[in-house]
Amino acid sequence: MEFISDIVSLLSATLRISTPLIFAAMAGLFAERSGVIDFGLEGKMLAAAFVAATGSYFLGSPWFGLLLAIVACVSLSLLHGFASVTHKGDQVVSCVAINILMIGLTTALAAAWFGQEGLTPTLNDEQRFFEITLPFADALRPVPIIGTIYSEIISGHYIFVYIAYTLVPIVYWIVFKTSFGLRLRAVGENPSAVDTAGIGVYSMRYKALMINGVLVAFAGAYLSTAINANFFREMSAGRGYLALAALIFGKWHPKTALLACLLFGFTDALQIRLQGVELPIIGVIPVQFIQALPYILTVILLAGFVGKAIAPRAIGQPYIKEG
Amino acid sequence: MVSPILELSNINKSFGHVQANKDINLQINKATIHGIIGENGAGKSTLMSIVYGFYQADSGTISIHGNKLNLKSPRDSIENGIGMVHQHFMLVENFSVLENIILGFEGEFIFGKKLEEAKEKLSKLCDIYKLNIDLNSIISDLSVGFRQRVEILKALYRGAEVLILDEPTGVLTPQEVDELFKILRSLKEEGKTIVLITHKLNEIMSLTSEVTVMRQGTVVGHKKTQSTNKEELAEMMVGRSVLLRIKKNESKKGEIIFKVKNLQVKDDLGVLRVKNVNFEIHEGEILGLAGVTGNGQTELLEALSGIRKIESGEIQIFNQTVSDQNNFLNPKDLKEKGLAHVPEDRQRMGLITDFKAHENLIFGYHHQPPFSRSSVLIEDKILDYSQKVMQDYDVRPQAPELITSNFSGGNQQKIILSRELNKNPKILLVGQPTRGVDIGAIEFIHQRLIDMRDKGVAILLVSVELEEVLSLSDRIVVMFDGKIVGEKNNQGVTDREIGLLMAGIS
Repeated sequence: MEFISDIVSLLSATLRISTPLIFAAMAGLFAERSGVIDFGLEGKMLAAAFVAATGSYFLGSPWFGLLLAIVACVSLSLLHGFASVTHKGDQVVSCVAINILMIGLTTALAAAWFGQEGLTPTLNDEQRFFEITLPFADALRPVPIIGTIYSEIISGHYIFVYIAYTLVPIVYWIVFKTSFGLRLRAVGENPSAVDTAGIGVYSMRYKALMINGVLVAFAGAYLSTAINANFFREMSAGRGYLALAALIFGKWHPKTALLACLLFGFTDALQIRLQGVELPIIGVIPVQFIQALPYILTVILLAGFVGKAIAPRAIGQPYIKEG
Repeated sequence: MVSPILELSNINKSFGHVQANKDINLQINKATIHGIIGENGAGKSTLMSIVYGFYQADSGTISIHGNKLNLKSPRDSIENGIGMVHQHFMLVENFSVLENIILGFEGEFIFGKKLEEAKEKLSKLCDIYKLNIDLNSIISDLSVGFRQRVEILKALYRGAEVLILDEPTGVLTPQEVDELFKILRSLKEEGKTIVLITHKLNEIMSLTSEVTVMRQGTVVGHKKTQSTNKEELAEMMVGRSVLLRIKKNESKKGEIIFKVKNLQVKDDLGVLRVKNVNFEIHEGEILGLAGVTGNGQTELLEALSGIRKIESGEIQIFNQTVSDQNNFLNPKDLKEKGLAHVPEDRQRMGLITDFKAHENLIFGYHHQPPFSRSSVLIEDKILDYSQKVMQDYDVRPQAPELITSNFSGGNQQKIILSRELNKNPKILLVGQPTRGVDIGAIEFIHQRLIDMRDKGVAILLVSVELEEVLSLSDRIVVMFDGKIVGEKNNQGVTDREIGLLMAGIS
């Protein structure tokens, strides 16, 4: 019986932990499909976490916090676009600048406004998102298997979790079944083809970056106003990079990127579970090693198992008109 | 009296200090094929990009059916019935034909009804013009000829009445060119107007009814094609009379001095690209190697010049094996054996374009006297030598201190030629000697190659320009899919015969 409850809580944790990765990976998908590298997911996620917690603290509602986080992330995306699309700067450099800037800025602003270096005040229940119990969760609980899955694994998460998993099919549909998606994919493959069809290359890339900003804001707000009750220094903890790895591992495709996010989420849930547990023969594994598992897995997967991950052909190249 | 469908008046366009188009006036009549001919850099492509709305003119007007247009983007041109097939295709390679064609003209946000209508309309267009295209195939699976048809179909779907084609035949086999011309003629029959930009005189003569000649950004003349000839057009293009087909005497063949036996070569990905190739070249002979780009010529040339390892087989110079799968001479050793190489890709392999001209003029021989002593370069000697050589080879401008990338394609090629020919090689390997080179310079380069032949050099000429191979070679071999598929003596052989071999049909 204990084994089953372990599995149930592991799966439930997987859904929870994968959520910010999914938002960030879908955000990255829009940018990178349009031909703009987004290495700056990490910095934007951090900015969103800080702004959401601060906004919610001052304005009294996590929804205002989320809204401000969206404004902040879209601004950062536009800044990235201004540097690398309009001014044809190096896209990686622009992203690294955003990442470094955000680590410093969030820490400094927290110190200036709240007197605590890199910490925002703890939010009360009004200022936080709460966990949602889905309808009939309690009624269905006794039903074997289905009841357990529904009420123990699926029910009882923050609204972000449900948005994230609904988001993936919507992204798929936009990217592959609409004219916007066709243009988005084309501009990341061969911008000249888009330009000669009379569609603005820059405007397509800016639109993609704005969607990118909205989505990554959800990832950050989730960290500081849902699963935690405040912002702390570097709380994104590499999730932005992990999401980018999932995107590449998923070959820039929403469905496979989702699977990659779930895999990373699962290993992370597993490492939390394994901390301090005594395993047969091996004994207790050092915490540091277990914590490194998801990252080791990332490196191994990216190095060995991705196979031919074919990136959008024009990724990383500023568009320069030729005759 | 035919009425002009497209009318340009006083078009001017500058890029920085370079005036690409100067006071251009042009009238194109409905349902005709109108040729625009000129050398590289004459301003043809710029002019047509202005008509297509890709660039905006500094001044001047464009009218269609007598209505003045204000073209701000390609979209404006497309809506006014102007379509363009670019030299480098504007296709997304991992998209289907259908996706490429509707891109930007989807007509609906969510694909559905309009997509079905588009499919129907496209099938009809394919039938009318016998384009024979499967709408669901992915571009990267299509041959170059078919990709071009997709571009034509795309323009027609978008409602083009005037179709501009920029150097459409550069990448095609002779058979594909025939097919293209058939399509263009049937378009004309249906009342479409075609503007053909080219630097090939043959195409103008066989296809167009009127021709406009451009030189250095200006229009230097209009002609009815019937009342002109190639020589006159070439003279107008270059500004002086040129020999189109080089005059040469019968070759005085000597001993076999270069021999390739059962040669196999792999490319960087490990794919076998040269398959069991055999040939030999005599003293005082030009052997032409014809073939469509990408059939193993590049790998063959690299192996012969010592840049690429060979898989099996051997290469002999003066009956002495210089390279086989175990022993391999590098380019430097080969040079000492009397082999010189003018590489296909002049900017990547032939030159260091950021270096000054005089440095490129001696590169590879820089360690030899008189250019260096005890590993120190002697600048005075190098500059003196460069001055002399640049005059000899008519390199313009005659400025040894100028950065190489500032020279035109033809002059860059002359820099390489002078370097390789001046060492009196016994064997000369030449790849695409006149790619991107003006007619005037082509004549010069061809003459030099013939001179070398007459001095007794064995020359291997690799070119995708069939015209060039036919005009220079004494003997022709054709390469297809890595194999030599035919050998012809260049006497009375027609381009049709060679073309069939190039397409792999024999």
